Amino acid sequence: MKLYEKTAVELGAMLRRKECSAVEIAQDTFDRIDQVEDKVHAYLTLSRQEALAQAEKVDERLAAGEELSPLAGIPVAVKDNISTKGVRTTCASRMLENYIPPFNAFVMDKLEAAGIVMPGKVNLDEFAMGSSCENSAFQKTANPRDLTRVPGGSSGGSAAAVAAGEAVLALGSDTGGSIRQPASLCGIVGLKPTYGSVSRYGLVAFASSLDQIGPMGRSVEDVAMLYSAICGHDPMDATSARREYPDFGKTLSRQVKGLRIGLPKEYFGDGVDDGIKELVLAAVRRLEKEGASICEISLPSTDSALSAYYIISSAEASSNLARFDGVKYGYRTKEYENLIDMYERTRSEGFGDEVKRRIMLGTFVLSSGYYDAYYKKAKALQMQIAQEYAAGFEQCDVMMVPTSPCTAFRLGENMDDPLKMYAADICTITVNIAGLPALSIPCGSLEGLPVGLQMIGPRFSEETLFRAAACHEMLQGGPCAVAELH
Amino acid sequence: MREYEIVVGLEVHAELNTKTKIYCGCKNAFGSEVNTNCCPICLGMPGTLPTLNKSVVEYAIRMGHALGCTINPVSKMDRKNYFYPDLPKAYQISQFDIPLCEHGYLDVMLDEEGTTKRIGITRIHIEEDAGKLIHGEEFSGSLVDFNRCGVPLIEIVSEPDMRSSHEAHAYLEGLRDVLMTLGISDCKMQEGSIRCDVNVSVRPKGSQEFGTRCEMKNVNSFSGAQRAIDYEAQRQIAILEAGGTITQETRRWDDLKGQNFLLRSKEDAQDYRYFPEPDLLTIVVDEADIRRWKEELPELPHHKLLRFLKDYQLPYFDANLLVEDLEKAPFFEECAKLGLCSSRAIANWLNGEVTRLLADRKETLAQSRLTPEGLARMIQMIEKKEISNTAGKTVLEELLATGKAPAQIVQEKGLGQISDSGALEPIARQVLADNPDAVAKYKNGKTNIVGFLVGQCMKASKGKGNPALFNKMILEMIDQM
Repeated sequence: MKLYEKTAVELGAMLRRKECSAVEIAQDTFDRIDQVEDKVHAYLTLSRQEALAQAEKVDERLAAGEELSPLAGIPVAVKDNISTKGVRTTCASRMLENYIPPFNAFVMDKLEAAGIVMPGKVNLDEFAMGSSCENSAFQKTANPRDLTRVPGGSSGGSAAAVAAGEAVLALGSDTGGSIRQPASLCGIVGLKPTYGSVSRYGLVAFASSLDQIGPMGRSVEDVAMLYSAICGHDPMDATSARREYPDFGKTLSRQVKGLRIGLPKEYFGDGVDDGIKELVLAAVRRLEKEGASICEISLPSTDSALSAYYIISSAEASSNLARFDGVKYGYRTKEYENLIDMYERTRSEGFGDEVKRRIMLGTFVLSSGYYDAYYKKAKALQMQIAQEYAAGFEQCDVMMVPTSPCTAFRLGENMDDPLKMYAADICTITVNIAGLPALSIPCGSLEGLPVGLQMIGPRFSEETLFRAAACHEMLQGGPCAVAELH
Repeated sequence: MREYEIVVGLEVHAELNTKTKIYCGCKNAFGSEVNTNCCPICLGMPGTLPTLNKSVVEYAIRMGHALGCTINPVSKMDRKNYFYPDLPKAYQISQFDIPLCEHGYLDVMLDEEGTTKRIGITRIHIEEDAGKLIHGEEFSGSLVDFNRCGVPLIEIVSEPDMRSSHEAHAYLEGLRDVLMTLGISDCKMQEGSIRCDVNVSVRPKGSQEFGTRCEMKNVNSFSGAQRAIDYEAQRQIAILEAGGTITQETRRWDDLKGQNFLLRSKEDAQDYRYFPEPDLLTIVVDEADIRRWKEELPELPHHKLLRFLKDYQLPYFDANLLVEDLEKAPFFEECAKLGLCSSRAIANWLNGEVTRLLADRKETLAQSRLTPEGLARMIQMIEKKEISNTAGKTVLEELLATGKAPAQIVQEKGLGQISDSGALEPIARQVLADNPDAVAKYKNGKTNIVGFLVGQCMKASKGKGNPALFNKMILEMIDQM
């Protein structure tokens, strides 16, 4: 029995019916990892022993008749910028190659309480900066749907692990599209939650005002279930919203009758592949047949959003990453003459090119004399984008757009052209700038490569997104399949 | 040489004595073992986030009220970015363009006549302290103690309103007294709980424009500030007199050498790249809280000093000593309110003998058993000549230790003053018989020697004899001799 091909919902039901044990699921996942990992390279650290111990505990509790969370015993891979107590958390950087956090991220405490099994920590672009996972200091992850291509990024390891069956679910983080774009490129489902709904405590910060941890999986219900497990107020995160959330897995409906779908025309312009546009529109028309209505709307500032995004995110990153200075933990250069020399060498050697590029950009835009021209202007644009979205959501309940302007590109294809790489985020960044939730789900393929449909909602409208996505998933014939990888 | 005027502005950092640090739950305490009051948050570990301690906002606003500031009900925190090993996040979370409090003043008393000067306060903002570098002799290089990391600070920035080092000193003392009165800072200079940066410029007397200023760091005491200002003013005047110009720079004060040294010039000034702290929300303070904190403001030192001088007719020196002391001032007033004895005597006893005995006993007033009534009744007995001054000191010791009623102590210890001439006469006769030289000197016109003889009588009576009676008796006896 190939347990790794099942969804979390299916595995949960089997566990409760005693058709399999948590240890068997974990073992099967590790067997699959052993079988395909040398092709996919999703994992940076495997925590085999800890995972099996977690699974044994779940089996004991089930045997004792305990009522467990629906996620108990489910293998969840974790992006390596989320702090895991006692397990190496590298951010795919030389800087933190041997860093073992003394504490858990809020989401890890929640998932451990739910009884998940963590097979290991997965690859990303260094400090989550990138759209291909190629900026990892340690390894390049391949797209399980086509091993010559990138899995997307920065949560490329998370997406690849789920698509390859090396984990049933995964946690990613999304600052400008880092969950949705790899989900799209690898043909799985990923949610970037509303800013403030999932605690950032323990997520190594890239851009604090944009970062958000989110769930990735092969079915909408799985993703909804994982989201339910990680959302909620955290007093340790001042930006965490104080509100109650329903159990999204339990309340999931597939009813789209009366749902108003908005199509912002700026997302269907020249920058996006025509084949992708067609697949997205075809999916929207299928939903229309189920009773949804369609209207065209406009988000005029979309064009300038990319600049605003790179200014704000780089500014925050330049400050957030300043703590990696070789003083207290992490990488320190071998030889140095004085303190300044130590800082310079440590940071020059410890960070990769893309990270350094963004630190320099961020430092520049915050510099005295340039602050008003760049950072302040970008913040003003941020307000404007949020207002345009708010106006748009007066006409519709959900907006549907492509997740990525193109399908998975070849490994190495964009590495010499940072601007082309940045453009990969064109469809996803405004969502972060406005703090909105958005979900990416496969809507077909072009030349064998998956295409993602992105659904964007107002703040805290995750339930609507799950509902629309679940309906779309049903019309497509169910959850995504695991890549075969012969 | 032309005459110059000194212009001084001060930036004072005061550590607040909240229970916990500003952005995490660690204990805010001085003197703990190295690196024990820290956690992943104040150590700036990757992934940690700050949350703002509300007491810090409250303390700062109370200070703002005390200094007559406008309170901004909506403000925010900002990041000040710079690299230093004692700053583990490589940025300090501070306030940049919207401080909690702005546009205030402090009235400062400049002399014993009560001359008051109003010094403008530009702003008060909240921020975190950094750790401490330890340069050891037992190890090479430097180590960092992070206990102080995240200790809450308020920075109080003055207008350039001071015109001498003396005024600056008075301002610093005034600020300290306000902080003490509010109870929001321990104000221990030796523990670094108050530190200041000093801005000094000079200009020809009568000139309306400010000269170019220099900032001095590493000023660690009020007297040090005074020395640093005088030194810097003289340095600048010497440059101007030699035909030079002052360049804006930051200098480091070395109190041991009594000199300052160039740290960096304006061109090398750090760009802190301030921007709003994305990890913390906008600070919105309830207007009702702001009002309540204003209503709860205690009487401020400057006002109290003026009142003590006027209402109790105390000398400036005594009044100032009382006002500077948070325990003694209210104790004094309670004592005086009883109307049993003179206010001056109370002040004398509190500032003198009580202070001395408490120091011996290593106690505070509150820890001792002394009550305002006990002290007042003891002084009253002296004033009524029921006991001598000497006996009063003995009673005071007992009051501090036991808190018994003074009358009871006097009785138990047999300290009552003897005014029975029948009992005193033999003592006086004996003293005169033992000191024929003194008697002779008196007869030769050295009449003030009688004080010595009364003293001998007091000694012989173990302090219990009525000195006035002894005096009278001795004069009569010598006259008869």
